[in-house]
Amino acid sequence: MPTDFIRAFQRNRGAVFGVVVLGLMLLLAIFADLLFPTSPWDMTAAPFTPPFDASAWLGTDTLGRDIASGIAHGARVSLLVGVVATAVAVTVGVLLGAIAGYHGGRIDSAIVHFTELFQTIPNFVLVVVTVAIFTPSLFSIVGAIALVSWPPLARLVRGEFLSLREREFVQAAITSGQSTTTIILRQILPNSLSPIIVSASLMVATSILLESSLSFLGLGDPNAMTWGFMIGSARTVLRQAWWMSFFPGVAILLTVLALNLIGEGLNDAFNPRLRRGRRT
Amino acid sequence: MTGATAMEPLLEVRRLTVALPEGSDRPFAVERISFAITANEILCVVGESGSGKSVIGHAIMGLLPKPDLRIAAGAILLRQQNVVAMSEAKQRALRGHRVGMIFQEPMTALNPLMRIGAQIEEVLEIHTDMDRAQRRKLVLEMIRSVGLPNPEEIRRSYPFRLSGGQRQRVMIAMALALKPDLLIADEPTTALDVMTQKQILDLIKTIQRERHMAVMFITHDFGVVAEIADRVAVMREGHIVEIGGADDILNQPQHPYTRQLIASLPGHGAPRPPFLGQGEPLLVAENIRKSFPLASRFMGKVRRLVVADDINLTIHPGETVGLVGSSGSGKSTLARTVVGLLKPDGGRLLFKGTDLLRLNRRAFKPFRRDVQMVFQDPYASLNPRHRVGDIIAQGPIAFGENPATALAHAKELLELVGLPAVAASRYPHEFSGGQRQRISIARALAVKPALLIADEPVSALDASVQSQVLRLLDDIRHRLNLAMLFITHDLRIAAEICDTVGVMQHGRIVEYGPADKVLSQPSEPYTRSLLEALPGRNWRIPREFATADAAVNP
Repeated sequence: MPTDFIRAFQRNRGAVFGVVVLGLMLLLAIFADLLFPTSPWDMTAAPFTPPFDASAWLGTDTLGRDIASGIAHGARVSLLVGVVATAVAVTVGVLLGAIAGYHGGRIDSAIVHFTELFQTIPNFVLVVVTVAIFTPSLFSIVGAIALVSWPPLARLVRGEFLSLREREFVQAAITSGQSTTTIILRQILPNSLSPIIVSASLMVATSILLESSLSFLGLGDPNAMTWGFMIGSARTVLRQAWWMSFFPGVAILLTVLALNLIGEGLNDAFNPRLRRGRRT
Repeated sequence: MTGATAMEPLLEVRRLTVALPEGSDRPFAVERISFAITANEILCVVGESGSGKSVIGHAIMGLLPKPDLRIAAGAILLRQQNVVAMSEAKQRALRGHRVGMIFQEPMTALNPLMRIGAQIEEVLEIHTDMDRAQRRKLVLEMIRSVGLPNPEEIRRSYPFRLSGGQRQRVMIAMALALKPDLLIADEPTTALDVMTQKQILDLIKTIQRERHMAVMFITHDFGVVAEIADRVAVMREGHIVEIGGADDILNQPQHPYTRQLIASLPGHGAPRPPFLGQGEPLLVAENIRKSFPLASRFMGKVRRLVVADDINLTIHPGETVGLVGSSGSGKSTLARTVVGLLKPDGGRLLFKGTDLLRLNRRAFKPFRRDVQMVFQDPYASLNPRHRVGDIIAQGPIAFGENPATALAHAKELLELVGLPAVAASRYPHEFSGGQRQRISIARALAVKPALLIADEPVSALDASVQSQVLRLLDDIRHRLNLAMLFITHDLRIAAEICDTVGVMQHGRIVEYGPADKVLSQPSEPYTRSLLEALPGRNWRIPREFATADAAVNP
């Protein structure tokens, strides 16, 4: 079955492109210290050096910091925030969604109303306020992003559980004396995994965008070089030095695009297989 | 019966071959099939699922799903004109005027957002140049002709207000609005219960006689064939194995496959010996009541749908109690209550003297072992992500058995239900419906229950597989001395497998007694009408087949 899945995924060229781009970004993040041993905050060349210069091939910013180095080190923060925030949001979302969907009734409506509470507040405002209250740090940024990301996932999982718990194999598990935890984890969850994986991959992209937006507004971790911070600090000289915001922008665009393509590819690869599986 | 043999055929199918997409289990859905229908006759095309019977109907209507299925060779002649060679536009005109079709699923075949009248009228708008008033008059006439009450009211209603049987009548009205020469009916009564099925069959027959129409009736049920057919074509794996007059096919079938199909029909076995095992009852249900709240009107009282009304039931060890009744009569609710999936509003459920309804979750758990269930839908009742062996072993493991022992036992159970032990390491999607139902039975047996609840366990299966699964259940029951609560809508099956039968209607058991007596000398009018609605009740299955063995492929 996994080989089938990989074959279906490979058929989607966009998804393969996404995997390649994301892989390169990952390598860049991992080897940032080797590629650019000096701190991205250090001045390495004359300020306002245009790109394709011998000293800095993507140019330097207003303080002479190497943009290529900033992108490489920024990739670490972006990917880390994206992945960790998503992991937290998925855990919370799946847990609440599963409990609500499986039990139904009062527990369900309590959880749904709690979810709605978060969904009625504009995401970005909530993130900004949370980060502002807890002072910007990687920890508070990840927390704030996770805080706004879990509600849609909880609703998705709840919906899946609502329909799956009525399926006869779940009822058979109940009659054979299995515990609620076993039923949720072993019977239902594996069957709702594909939409969760797909939306998680898209959520990583959203988290990266949120983190960049925060940094752009100056609410990023002050000790971490990030793509959003680079764009934010270059916005005043946008017309004189396009490269300062252009290259970090391209980095964000490529990463988010790659993640979206992967998400779509996963979606396509999961669905036909399920359909085929049901028919045979 | 036919009397139309001298006439030229209305529809002639010549060496029709429809190709399946590459990688299917066979190259053609139907291969080189030829038959003809003359005006004023009903041809039943009968076969099991996957035999290609629906494909023919869809090919005639030009409804084959593109690009998966295509007509590879052959001709479909409608009044001597070859449909296959026609342009799309010509085909469409022909379809509306000359051929009408009704489908299996009346619940989804109507547009939920359009009034019934508008849906029937739409057909007339497209295909005729009648004006509004004429159309409306014809719509009302059509609604009346299919036997629906209050035509004016029906015309203005939306589909959700109508029952399944009423919707099927509307579908028939739509198909007949343009007075077609040929009506193709693709399993039109399969989704309906017996009583409604009987009415719809009568309606189709009456309309056919009145209009001297040709009808191609696709079905899997020989009872329906006996009820309605003038001629019969038996299909198997894309071929017509036998075609002839209804009398000949039903009473003197020539082809071994037809014989096998007829022999596998339930309800003609030797009468069961009367059940004598009295003594301590295993399960006693007393005054079980259950109702569900319906959507409440604004500020009004919550109306309740009563699905079990004061039900009493006794099951002895080794006894098979059947519950029969049409859909919505509360059979499944009762079964789910007994197995502990639903909590009733009131009553007592005594299992070996203990009232199960008074127990809390923890105290109830040991009793879960004793009552197990086999579900209706073999495709939904096995977790697609688990191996068959694990599925069977999960129950014993939940009751504390060591996983290795449970798995070894699961393999033995697989052999008991007629599957190889190696099946344990495969996934459910690798098995057919009948095999999955065997797995389901093995799972239920794994915890060594005393009572097995079977909720329509064979209604999703083909006739020949049905009889095998029924025989397996019967055999296992005897071997393990199991008591069984068997739920079915099919009285023929109940007659074959049950010792005692309870007839349910509107949440009540209206008649209860030995199967033999209830099904041959019913005292209640409802039981009698159920029996009368059985399709093909006037057809006696020839004795020689009744004894023939039907087991071929599982």
